[in-house]
Amino acid sequence: MEFALSEDQRMLQDSISGFLKDNASLDTIRKIADGNAEAKAGLDAGLAEMGIMGLYVPEAMGGSGLGLLEACLVQEALGYTVAPSGFLAATVAADLLAKDQATYASGIADGEKVFGLALTELASRRDGSGVTADNGRLSGTSLLADVPTGATHVLVADTSGACHVASGWSAKPMRTIDRTRTFQELAFDGVAAEASTQSDPSALAVARLLVAADTLGAAQAMIDKAVEYAKERKQFGRVIGSFQAVKHLCAEMAAKLEPARALVWHAAYAMDTKDPEALVMANLAKAHLAEVGTFVAKTATEVHGGMGFTDLLGLHYWFKRIGVNRQLFGSPEQVRQTAAELQGLVAA
Amino acid sequence: MELNLSPEYEAFRQDVNRILTENSHLAPGPEDRGMKHPKRLAWQKFLIENGLTARTIPKEYGGYGAEPDLLKSRIIAEEFARTGIARPMGGQGISMLVPTLLELGTPEQKEAYIRPTLYGEMIWCQGYSEPGAGSDLAAVRTAAVEDGDDFIINGQKIWTSTAKQADMIFCLVRTDPDAKKHEGISYVLFSMETPGIEVRPLVDMTENANFNEVFFTDVRVPQSGIVFEKNKGWQVANATLTHERGMLGDPNATKARFLELVELMKAETLNGERLIDNPLLRDRLIKLQGEVYAMQANGLRVTTASLKRESAGLAGLIVKLQGCELNHQIAGLAIDALGELGILYGEGDHLRADGSWQWRYMYDLGLIIGGGTAQIQKNIISERGLGMPREPKPAKV
Ligand SMILES: Cc1cc2nc3c(=O)[nH]c(=O)nc-3n(C[C@H](O)[C@H](O)[C@H](O)COP(=O)(O)OP(=O)(O)OC[C@H]3O[C@@H](n4cnc5c(N)ncnc54)[C@H](O)[C@@H]3O)c2cc1C
Repeated sequence: MEFALSEDQRMLQDSISGFLKDNASLDTIRKIADGNAEAKAGLDAGLAEMGIMGLYVPEAMGGSGLGLLEACLVQEALGYTVAPSGFLAATVAADLLAKDQATYASGIADGEKVFGLALTELASRRDGSGVTADNGRLSGTSLLADVPTGATHVLVADTSGACHVASGWSAKPMRTIDRTRTFQELAFDGVAAEASTQSDPSALAVARLLVAADTLGAAQAMIDKAVEYAKERKQFGRVIGSFQAVKHLCAEMAAKLEPARALVWHAAYAMDTKDPEALVMANLAKAHLAEVGTFVAKTATEVHGGMGFTDLLGLHYWFKRIGVNRQLFGSPEQVRQTAAELQGLVAA
Repeated sequence: MELNLSPEYEAFRQDVNRILTENSHLAPGPEDRGMKHPKRLAWQKFLIENGLTARTIPKEYGGYGAEPDLLKSRIIAEEFARTGIARPMGGQGISMLVPTLLELGTPEQKEAYIRPTLYGEMIWCQGYSEPGAGSDLAAVRTAAVEDGDDFIINGQKIWTSTAKQADMIFCLVRTDPDAKKHEGISYVLFSMETPGIEVRPLVDMTENANFNEVFFTDVRVPQSGIVFEKNKGWQVANATLTHERGMLGDPNATKARFLELVELMKAETLNGERLIDNPLLRDRLIKLQGEVYAMQANGLRVTTASLKRESAGLAGLIVKLQGCELNHQIAGLAIDALGELGILYGEGDHLRADGSWQWRYMYDLGLIIGGGTAQIQKNIISERGLGMPREPKPAKV
């Protein structure tokens, strides 16, 4: 038995973190948040060059054939630097399409096809929106779609929970608290579904687990920043990090986040090895990271005092990353409901 | 990452499971009260002889004498948790003193104490805390003055668990009043039957009198009871405390309680509805499940680090704090789920689970405090785990 990252996994972590450290600095993130398309394109191109988009695509389809654990490590690194990326969309699409739509999956791997996700329907159906499929034609709207710049296709869930590949849509931006990432309302006007697949609970679980990994990274960054700040900032003639009240806030953040990291690894490993509890664990990870992340986001901000509240340090980008992640693909309560259903704890 | 067990370990797991389930009728139940109840002693003996406890302790000291194999130990712990069958004896003698003696005891001490302790025939108490030395343990004042080959001990201990039942005590005493705080302490073993020892029980919030005050008046004990070296008791005490903290956050024990809670919520009804079918209670349950799974995964990480003889870092430092808090919350949810009947305690017709959830809710709070309070744990996490500065010493006035 070994519950630890392998040498290869640590190298993957190092290379992606190294790249992001240089190419997704706070400066770059600010530019992207302010709508600077050039900055965004630069980051996208660099990430594509790293070859991560096909990470989760099976080798036989031209991908790297790595697991969800590796995907989570990449997503964690993205969260750590609040870097926007189409990685999550590519990975979830790969999960759904590798089963019976190999050409699309290989398209993701060679960069020819860039996928967006319009899967809200799987988690949150709303009155007044929703996509229906009628004789292979898609119509209606999907909210909070995650569509990377340059997307050639979207994977869209209809009101029955089936998923379709489409390449024609119109998009209207949806402004959220997180300006580093774009979310859109997509409208489909009788466009043909190029391919269709029954969704299964795995796709949603993959999406949720990746979001959990993203929050893990963002929360770790907030703890690191809080601890570092506390070791430098002086009040009453001493560093604030020597005040026990401040130390205990930092200890509480670390004490909650460290086991959450193990949970993300364990859930990802379980998904990769088709453990019977895998889906439960992935959902538990999403809900748990949402709670721990929220605690860290608030607490780390408090440790920074007024600085935490200002735009000067940009800490709020992490706060908002975590805030958006908490709701994406379902609020913690919704996700826990899924976990309960998967365990047969909900009366039919 | 490789969590699948090799066939050898898988077979071992099945063996363990078989031995436990086939012999569960031998296991003591809550009705077999008393630390030395014959059924308890017999079960302990059975478990040792089958390698299910005291597994890696050498045969010459009464253990099973297996090669250390963390994975097997872990499998055993998991099978106890999974089957819910009475665990081996714990207590401060077995969990804290025995490992300390194995590491630092003299051959005579090992010979004399380890076997009877493992078999539950020799009960120990831990004489650390004093009225003036709680979190600040190095402030102990109980004095041991040399007299020939003996010490004459005077002073007082407090919060001494099981002192009333104990045959022996491992005790921190001040042997050099002039040395610096940490350098004048010795770790001494002696009999609780020694004249001059008075034990006064203290009733705790669970209504038990497990705790005691222990008074020493001219207690004469042999100096040969010193473990390791004179005036080096602080190092010995720290070795013992590491074992205690490991014991206090065991994620397998937490998982077992969580599963009991799930069963409770499936079995019990309120206004005609199973507790588990109440969406608010169920949400709280699943929320705790996330934490339970996180602590389990964290435990796997810590085990792996120990297997590789590496430090587990933060993952290890947080176990006592998080594990004890989580146990407390599990008990808290059980009580809320039971609602009005959740307040019953002691005895009576409508008591659920023998009132054990209330007992745990209170006792677990004690464990949040004992063995290094939550606040002291946070000091340790921030200083050793995050490298934050120590609290500056107050200026002398
Ligand atoms: C169930 C249980 C069993 C026990 N069994 C034993 C036993 O068998 N043998 C034995 O020797 N002892 C035993 N103890 C004693 C236990 O180790 C002490 O209670 C514990 O170390 C705290 O000491 P104290 O009670 O004096 O509290 P104090 O040290 O007085 O603490 C009171 C409060 O002050 C806080 N505090 C103190 N110092 C600091 C600091 N530096 N920074 C921040 N906060 C601080 C504490 O966190 C706590 O909140 C047991 C205790 C319990 C609850």
